[in-house]
Amino acid sequence: MGRTLSEKVWDEHVVRSTAGEPDLLYIDLHLIHEVTSPQAFDGLRLSGRSVRRPDLTLATEDHNVPTLDWDKPIADPVSRTQVDTLRKNAAEFGVRLHPLGDVEQGIVHVVGPQLGLTQPGMTIVCGDSHTSTHGAFGAIAFGIGTSEVEHVLATQTLTQAKPKTMAVTVNGSLPAGVTAKDLVLTLIAHTGTGGGQGYIVEYRGQAIEELSMEGRMTVCNMSIEWGAKAGMIAPDQTTFDYIEGKPEAPRGADWDAAVAHWKTLVTDEDAVFDKEIVLDASEMTPFVTWGTNPGQGVPLGATVPQPADFDDEQDRIAAEKACEYMGLTPGTPMREIKVDTVFVGSCTNGRIEDLRLAADIIKGHKVDPNTRLLVVPGSVRVRMQAQDEGLDVIFKEAGAEWRGAGCSMCLGMNPDTLEPGERSASTSNRNFEGRQGKGGRTHLVSIPVAAATAIRGTLSSPADLAPAAV
Amino acid sequence: MDKFTTHTGVGVPLRRSNVDTDQIIPAVYLKRVTRDGFEDGLFAAWRNDEAFVLNNPAYAAGSVLVAGPDFGTGSSREHAVWALQNYGFKVVISARFADIFRGNSGKAGLLAAQVDEKVVQRLWDYLDDNPGASITVDLESRTVRAGDGEGAIEDSFDIDDYTRWRLLEGLDDIGITLGHETDISTYEATRPSWKPQTITA
Ligand code: SF4
Repeated sequence: MGRTLSEKVWDEHVVRSTAGEPDLLYIDLHLIHEVTSPQAFDGLRLSGRSVRRPDLTLATEDHNVPTLDWDKPIADPVSRTQVDTLRKNAAEFGVRLHPLGDVEQGIVHVVGPQLGLTQPGMTIVCGDSHTSTHGAFGAIAFGIGTSEVEHVLATQTLTQAKPKTMAVTVNGSLPAGVTAKDLVLTLIAHTGTGGGQGYIVEYRGQAIEELSMEGRMTVCNMSIEWGAKAGMIAPDQTTFDYIEGKPEAPRGADWDAAVAHWKTLVTDEDAVFDKEIVLDASEMTPFVTWGTNPGQGVPLGATVPQPADFDDEQDRIAAEKACEYMGLTPGTPMREIKVDTVFVGSCTNGRIEDLRLAADIIKGHKVDPNTRLLVVPGSVRVRMQAQDEGLDVIFKEAGAEWRGAGCSMCLGMNPDTLEPGERSASTSNRNFEGRQGKGGRTHLVSIPVAAATAIRGTLSSPADLAPAAV
Repeated sequence: MDKFTTHTGVGVPLRRSNVDTDQIIPAVYLKRVTRDGFEDGLFAAWRNDEAFVLNNPAYAAGSVLVAGPDFGTGSSREHAVWALQNYGFKVVISARFADIFRGNSGKAGLLAAQVDEKVVQRLWDYLDDNPGASITVDLESRTVRAGDGEGAIEDSFDIDDYTRWRLLEGLDDIGITLGHETDISTYEATRPSWKPQTITA
């Protein structure tokens, strides 16, 4: 019987397999950031162990870093200690680090692909659940906890039970103006937040093949939001073109050998998945969340749902709690919801293509006077490229704040947070209670919706905009 | 890691589903570089609410958390497990756990016992009727028990064999893996030359 993409990549990394025990998997790339690594390095130190393969390890600073005044010492002493601890650990254990101020610094899931370190057929882990992003290249990539970070540092392997396989096939083409973000939000509303639990998911079908690498990363990024172990997309010409020429991409004969191998990384015709979901992209529309988990979403043209309409009791209670927390009255049209802050950025939508799209919509418009627009590039490279293209000027002329690279308002860990009760439209991936700051209310949206919302001050799509003053 | 065989302690009913790790411990509490002290951030947002279950003195000594389905979704932060442990929890009982949370629990020595949704409901009702009552969780026989006489609850829970064995033996994962050092070296020798490296000589 044939094998699926994930089974092929899995099998290539099995170091040891014994009945009744999880497999021992070799890890090709271990990414590290300041939040989930200090206790792991401490563990190594306590047991007198070293990092087995510093040459397969890469660290950067992203969660705690300020996006203003990044050339000054970090103001919050606790954040500073955490970042300093990473610097000390990297130096002591010989790990390559891209610290704040370095040209390769940025969100760990933006940095890996842009350096060309993320390649098809690899196993990639990081102490961060959105490691699933790298699956867009046909890698098995997933988030791990700190004990596992220590395990990978010490052994370059992980013990892992083999997950089940699932195919999500998205047929047809996305309508104009509907993006990868809308696709994945639609999918999660369909499956619920636990629908992917225990599975490695392969996204396939025409709509997926038509996505750029950035769009594919957006989809895979949010795999964890419906509970999947990992999300993958088979590598194709789009993938190879993206990687070729990147700083750490193979060259010459190595490139040819690599591509020849990558081309074998597709699900065989006769392979069988444990589960399949089929969606039609042509019916999709801009999609936004109203609640406090990523599965609580509706089309932008719909209304806040009535909790009483949920059949399942748990869902109904969750909807009631969410409406209360979000300060929303059921039945309110989503388009009438007034937004205080729009956040463009994160590892979901903070890449150059995202900023280009946002700038394209915003150009010639002004940000609503009662709304704040924060544009945060996912990495320093993205920031520099955007500046080379003049995107920063477009944002600033519209009245937006143009910031330095980092996780920023995706999570309430650095100075960029929401105030209690403040409402955001955010291109990030989590709308959990307090995620963007205590009491903050988050609506997850795509880049076009974020841009149009910033201009109108209420949840909107570009179709709602008056023509730009050029 | 300490061996885990059986635990009896005060059960705490957390009547919520989809408790994500941002609720278990918000990001702002993750800045410590040690493994302890995270109890201050446990369910931080909810603890401001007087009616929140952990603010009820009857549950002050709580060590067995009984939660709704999809517990531990979201971020991979192992701090969520540490916060529960630092607070005094030894066991979390739920009908469904997020994968990463379950994995982290197993590594850190917190028992994530998966039971049928009906069992959660019965435990909730029992604890509401008997605040401060104990639950026994026996890893050897994979059973949870509460109450006695007529209304006694006894049911089995799921945990994978490997994690159960490691918890029972109190084994350090890294130590086990390093025992397979030859396998790792043999595998490493077969890796193709074009695989990327972050540091090149
Ligand atoms: S941008 Fe957000 S989701 Fe991505 S790594 Fe940073 S905190 Fe996590």
